[in-house]
Amino acid sequence: MRRGRLILLGLVLVVLVIIGAIAALVFRDPQPPLDPSLLARRANVDNGAYVARLADCAACHTADDQKPFAGGAAFPTPVGTVYSSNITPDARTGIGAYDLKDFIRLMRYGITRDWSYVYPAMPYTAYAKATDADLQDLFAFLREKIAPVDQPNTPSSAKWPLSMRWPLALWNAAFHDSRHFEPDPARDSAWNRGAYLVEGFGHCGTCHTPRGIFFEEKDVSGRSDLFLSGSTLDNSSPINLRGNNADGLGRWHKEDITEVLKTGRSALSAVHGPMTLVVADSLQFMTDADLSAVAVYLKSLSPAPGDHRATFQPSEKTYQEIMDGNRNDAGARMYMDSCAACHRLDGQGYDHTFPRLAGNASVIATDTDSLIAIILQGSRLPSTADAPSALAMPPFGWRYNDEEVATLATFVRASWGNGASAVTATQVKAILDALSRKDAAN
Amino acid sequence: MALRNKPVDVVIVGFGWTASIMAIELSQAGLNVLALERGDLRDTVPDFAYPKNVDEIARSARNDLLQNLSRTTVTIRHSKNDIAVPYRQIGSFKPGEGVGGAGVHWSGVHSRVMPQELMLKSHVTERYGANFIPEGMNLQDWGVSYEELEPHFDRFEYVCGTSAQAANVAGKLLGVPGGNEFEAPRSRPFPLPPLKDPPTSVLFAEAAKSLGHKPYGLPAANASAPYKNIYGCQLGPCNFCGFCSDYGCINYSKASPQTAIIPALTRMPNFAFKTNAHVLRVNTDSTGKKATGVTYLDAQGREIEQPADLVVLAAFHLHNVRLMLSSGIGQPYDPDTGSGVVGRNFCYQLINSVNLFFNKDIYINQFIGSGGVGQAVDEFYGDNFDHGPLGFIGGGVIWGRQTGNGPVRGIPVPAGTPSWGSAWKKVATDYFLHSGRIESQCSCMAYPGCYLDLDPTYRDSYGEPLLRMTLNWQDNDLRMSSYVGDRLMEIGRAMKPLSISGRIIKPGSNWDTRPYQSTHINGGTAMGADPTTSVVNRFLQSWDVPNLFVLGANVFAHGIGYNPTGLVGALAYWAAANIRSQYLKAPGPMVPT
Repeated sequence: MRRGRLILLGLVLVVLVIIGAIAALVFRDPQPPLDPSLLARRANVDNGAYVARLADCAACHTADDQKPFAGGAAFPTPVGTVYSSNITPDARTGIGAYDLKDFIRLMRYGITRDWSYVYPAMPYTAYAKATDADLQDLFAFLREKIAPVDQPNTPSSAKWPLSMRWPLALWNAAFHDSRHFEPDPARDSAWNRGAYLVEGFGHCGTCHTPRGIFFEEKDVSGRSDLFLSGSTLDNSSPINLRGNNADGLGRWHKEDITEVLKTGRSALSAVHGPMTLVVADSLQFMTDADLSAVAVYLKSLSPAPGDHRATFQPSEKTYQEIMDGNRNDAGARMYMDSCAACHRLDGQGYDHTFPRLAGNASVIATDTDSLIAIILQGSRLPSTADAPSALAMPPFGWRYNDEEVATLATFVRASWGNGASAVTATQVKAILDALSRKDAAN
Repeated sequence: MALRNKPVDVVIVGFGWTASIMAIELSQAGLNVLALERGDLRDTVPDFAYPKNVDEIARSARNDLLQNLSRTTVTIRHSKNDIAVPYRQIGSFKPGEGVGGAGVHWSGVHSRVMPQELMLKSHVTERYGANFIPEGMNLQDWGVSYEELEPHFDRFEYVCGTSAQAANVAGKLLGVPGGNEFEAPRSRPFPLPPLKDPPTSVLFAEAAKSLGHKPYGLPAANASAPYKNIYGCQLGPCNFCGFCSDYGCINYSKASPQTAIIPALTRMPNFAFKTNAHVLRVNTDSTGKKATGVTYLDAQGREIEQPADLVVLAAFHLHNVRLMLSSGIGQPYDPDTGSGVVGRNFCYQLINSVNLFFNKDIYINQFIGSGGVGQAVDEFYGDNFDHGPLGFIGGGVIWGRQTGNGPVRGIPVPAGTPSWGSAWKKVATDYFLHSGRIESQCSCMAYPGCYLDLDPTYRDSYGEPLLRMTLNWQDNDLRMSSYVGDRLMEIGRAMKPLSISGRIIKPGSNWDTRPYQSTHINGGTAMGADPTTSVVNRFLQSWDVPNLFVLGANVFAHGIGYNPTGLVGALAYWAAANIRSQYLKAPGPMVPT
């Protein structure tokens, strides 16, 4: 009996220690005191406006164009739907009561002023890399240039126990890197600026880096060859941005990168899916110097690993077979009938107008969700100041059934030197169902 | 009680080519501009998306992109002694509707004008004597010169990505094949190289050369390559799908307001437009000399007043003239006394069209086509030839184009073929891939008996009197058309077909409103230097209401032989430039009266 009680006491002590450790984690303030020079510094509101563009705050925090930054946009997460918060300077429902330290704590650690943990749907995991000065400028912009809107935040739809936030403290401890960006002295200023933008405010990794079973980005610090190596998200396939020749940016020149970021289109490709809004709302406002820095940084990335990746070797074979009249298979015939008018029988498209399909990273990506969604729903380029034409591809989901869409997608992934895997009707059906659910919800 | 919107600087009636041009030029000058379009929004995707767009029944047979004639139309008669009756079915001309207007369904032939055409009265008088002008022809100069318009022709071509080979750059003949040696000097080459010639055009050019003519490639506003224009708008290359005229372009290659201007225009925060806004009239103040804005019907049928400092009529030809008449601006033309100007000098074009049928060695895939491409000769255009011995004024462009054909739009068969049955089927099968069409498009002069006014009997669904057209072919033009038609037939025979059949308009012909001819109706609010014979001055400003400008082919002083869109666009750019440089700095009459 005594031994039992000792064991029980030991277990209780262990549990208490664990609870204590967790509580220490959850309730500690990870944000050190602010540097006096920061407090003495005068905020640059214009830079703050630019930072807001870089970070694309509006994409999530502006649900109604009449009420900028008042929040309320819905985001599906594994635990339920969460809604973006009101970041206007309203004292009661926005961030009006925040001081600079509160704001920086939120942006770097994901902890609100009233000590709640935000879901990493808010990419503090990337914003943590920002300099305090940039965060100070952003804060000043939000407080001085944005009209306060009285709009209480919508609570998430998660039900207890999934609504508990404190486990995020554990998640952060395991997966979050809250360190500032450290410039690499071996690299030039353009590369470092590019790295700062991509790893930080650009938060490119939140879409383009593959995730693990706890939905953490597999590399959040940009140090391994998994960073930006391509992912799947929301019925789209953010491409591999590393140096692979076939399905990455290996064949791209710097100009192809800066152009597609600024205008949504280049000689080699065009944006689609969620990236069109990123270009329209954020990237088109970047300075040419910053776009160039991003390109320098991306072009420095080594190839991503994996045998499953597509190959690409330019080839005349498909075109010749078609012109010789030897392609009577369903994929080729559908392509000739629906696609070739714009994308051409040789898959080369037309410069800056209709993207080429041969060697197109989006077409031969490992994940096929984007390709399927584009065939089903079509796609429209963003309108930007430099390239105002929002050229569009019409939808073909009404014309072809699941099997046919799969055959057509398989055809383009295997033609003109594209060496990418086949697409199945099951994959098409899954996308079709997901898109229908999304349409019904909206 | 009528609703009233907040005032704008400029209200533009319509949202087609001329409206888009004026809108972007004035928006770039910083003004608050509002365009009112009575039809719907139209965009390449979804409205012209492949494959649904290439529907011959919907577009060519039922004309679903064109003006809905059951809501508003015109009445037509040949002379003032006849009773005009409504144009209830699309036939001779095809008025457009919706954003982009006729700029959506046009073919894309993008010519300029011959310098002499803008001062034809002076030119004819000088060359042939004043007595050469027939009694009863209202020949008059336009008040503007080609040299003044040249930069604006150039600008419109660079907006459209017009594809052709230049011949005369800054007065120097380049001597490159495919250019038009008759063309007036241009400041620089076309923005894009010429499109490839389809088979009909190749045969036409060969035949024309064999007769000693100098064929040239028509300037086509169907881009021959991907093209980013001066506004940053992107056009894609024409793929000869053969669905041009009657259709919106499936792949952004035919220049239209949607492809060439609107993407840049709608980004401007000081520009707005409303669709389903049917303008009923221009409002003027108690003096009648100042426009205060317009009144329109919205989608719910409510009457709404839109105040503005500047009013621009930029709808299709018919509506611009009708609005002047319904708004009581300018003195309406009276055909009995010859006084008045609004509605005067209504003109058109005379088009001769023949089909050629070849033997099976000549392969012409009629499904292939593009609206603007073709080979043409100008030897019989304008005053390029000596009219002295001929005794008529005017001429025409002769061309071999290939715009695309299909089973619904028409399967031409040689004259004498039974019109149904197995015999027809055999002939149709024999010739569909071995036939082509050549045409001459001839000018039409202005006459006292050819005019526009308001119909006394018929009203549209909005309760407004219909515009009444009084027009028939007159002797001068019939003899001219017959002459040019003979030259057309010569070229046709030199193409060595098995047979030719078609229509030549000659003395004895009347204007038949049933078969499609062209939508190049013009005149009615002529521009000019003399307020007694024109409605607008040389800057397209109303003589009567200085803050009202009128655009469109309705400002032509008489018809021209070329397709008018190039001149219409250039005049719109000319007017916009002068509003910016002169009117805005000193609002008021720009030409002393």
